[in-house]
Amino acid sequence: MTDATPIHRKTWMATLAKADPVRLAALFPDLPPHHVLRQPEIGAVMVRGRVGGTGAAFNLGEMTVTRASVRLESGEVGHAWVQGRDKLHALRAATLDALMQSNRAADLAARVLQPLQAETQVARATRAAKAAATKVDFFTMVRGEDK
Amino acid sequence: MYVAVKGGERAIDNAHQWLAEERRGDPAMPALSIPQIREQMALAVNRVMAEGSLYDRDLAALAIKQARGDLIEAVFLIRAYRTTLPRLAASHPVDTAAMAVDRRISATFKDLPGGQILGPTFDYTHRLLDFALMAEGETPRSAPPSPVGGEGRGEGEARFPHVTSFLNRDGLIESAEASNATPPDLTREPMELPADRPLRLQALTRGDEGFVLSMAYSTQRGYGRTHAFVGELRIGTVAVEVDIPELGFAVEIGEIELTECETVNQFKGSKTEPPQFTRGYGLVMGQSERKAIAMSLVDRALRWQELGEDFTGAPAQDEEFVLMHCDNIQATGFLEHIKLPHYVDFQAELELVRKLRSEAMALQEAAE
Repeated sequence: MTDATPIHRKTWMATLAKADPVRLAALFPDLPPHHVLRQPEIGAVMVRGRVGGTGAAFNLGEMTVTRASVRLESGEVGHAWVQGRDKLHALRAATLDALMQSNRAADLAARVLQPLQAETQVARATRAAKAAATKVDFFTMVRGEDK
Repeated sequence: MYVAVKGGERAIDNAHQWLAEERRGDPAMPALSIPQIREQMALAVNRVMAEGSLYDRDLAALAIKQARGDLIEAVFLIRAYRTTLPRLAASHPVDTAAMAVDRRISATFKDLPGGQILGPTFDYTHRLLDFALMAEGETPRSAPPSPVGGEGRGEGEARFPHVTSFLNRDGLIESAEASNATPPDLTREPMELPADRPLRLQALTRGDEGFVLSMAYSTQRGYGRTHAFVGELRIGTVAVEVDIPELGFAVEIGEIELTECETVNQFKGSKTEPPQFTRGYGLVMGQSERKAIAMSLVDRALRWQELGEDFTGAPAQDEEFVLMHCDNIQATGFLEHIKLPHYVDFQAELELVRKLRSEAMALQEAAE
């Protein structure tokens, strides 16, 4: 097992979790042989907010989440927690998490993770541009008595 | 009291079969798919997620289809489903200042840093029926937009500081100090009154939109007036981060859309607090701005005691009244159960009334 620093692993796990399951399956269709340590399990995560955006935490409501864990034949253990109820998505993300700790990391980063990140970037930029196009400058009318 | 009854299985089966038929409507019409509901009835889906208290667009769309568009019935289905899910974790509190905003407006500051972003809003539409939609015309996809305000909302990572933080710099508004105390959870423990603010906000954010709206409206009309301005309203997506126990660090597991509203309210000051603005807060799943604004007004009205204001007897100030009646599933459950067989109960009432009548009549006869 390589000593992937948490920061890197954190990034790829987030990318895999947020990926569209169909897109992820297209980029990485065939799972290598693996042993399932934890069968994909659907559950809920309680999402919290903060009072006033910055204050005390409160419970906003839950979201559906699926988690899974696998071990590759070469020994690496991968985990996934992904939004939604797609068990294959969780299994695929966990397998990729394990593979990203192996000597295949560079290859998979280029073939799977970077395309996903680039697509997310484009989608966000498109949405940001649409939002920017609705930016408005309000101005107050000078009333007669103010002059 | 509701007591179990036997019999009627065949009639019930037939009723359910007929319900399925009516749900489908005219079979000559194409059936609605879940993705169609999810994509084209998005605000109904949002409402079912918020009041069902479970963020899952596909399940909310399914519930709407199954409930024939009865949104409270759909919320009921979601609430029932969520009780079957194991709770895997609680997230870190979401960082709404890091929201990728689709919409962000302020009614108090016209020149707020970052700008006023209208987003896909019904505001400023004429509220005239658009018969083009009936003619099944396709809305053209918007052309590559040209920003009108110079710099855009920027690339995804930009932070949008809250408007209230500008007022806070001058000490003109109360601050909201961070705390990492575990908040109470009314889905795990029965709600206890008096409730603290986190518990109230949990109840309000899953409360019925109509109820919360009417409570908020009542404060505007004078029942517990709090002079609210919308300091800021924002809609967009935030990442949800969870500590992964196997790893010992936190990972973003997904993104959710939220609507956040902060009101700025007049406050004359009290014995302990100088005159300053105070705040009301609303945060709701999905794009639900009516609910978020209403929530922040009701939140502020409920804070009268903490801020040393007078209790005027207004319903919106009455914590028990608001919190015990805002949940539409509790409300509809209790309301609708009275249509179910109450034969034994009613039999007892019937006998009581007969007895009282005969006694009353005997007295009357004796008097005559």
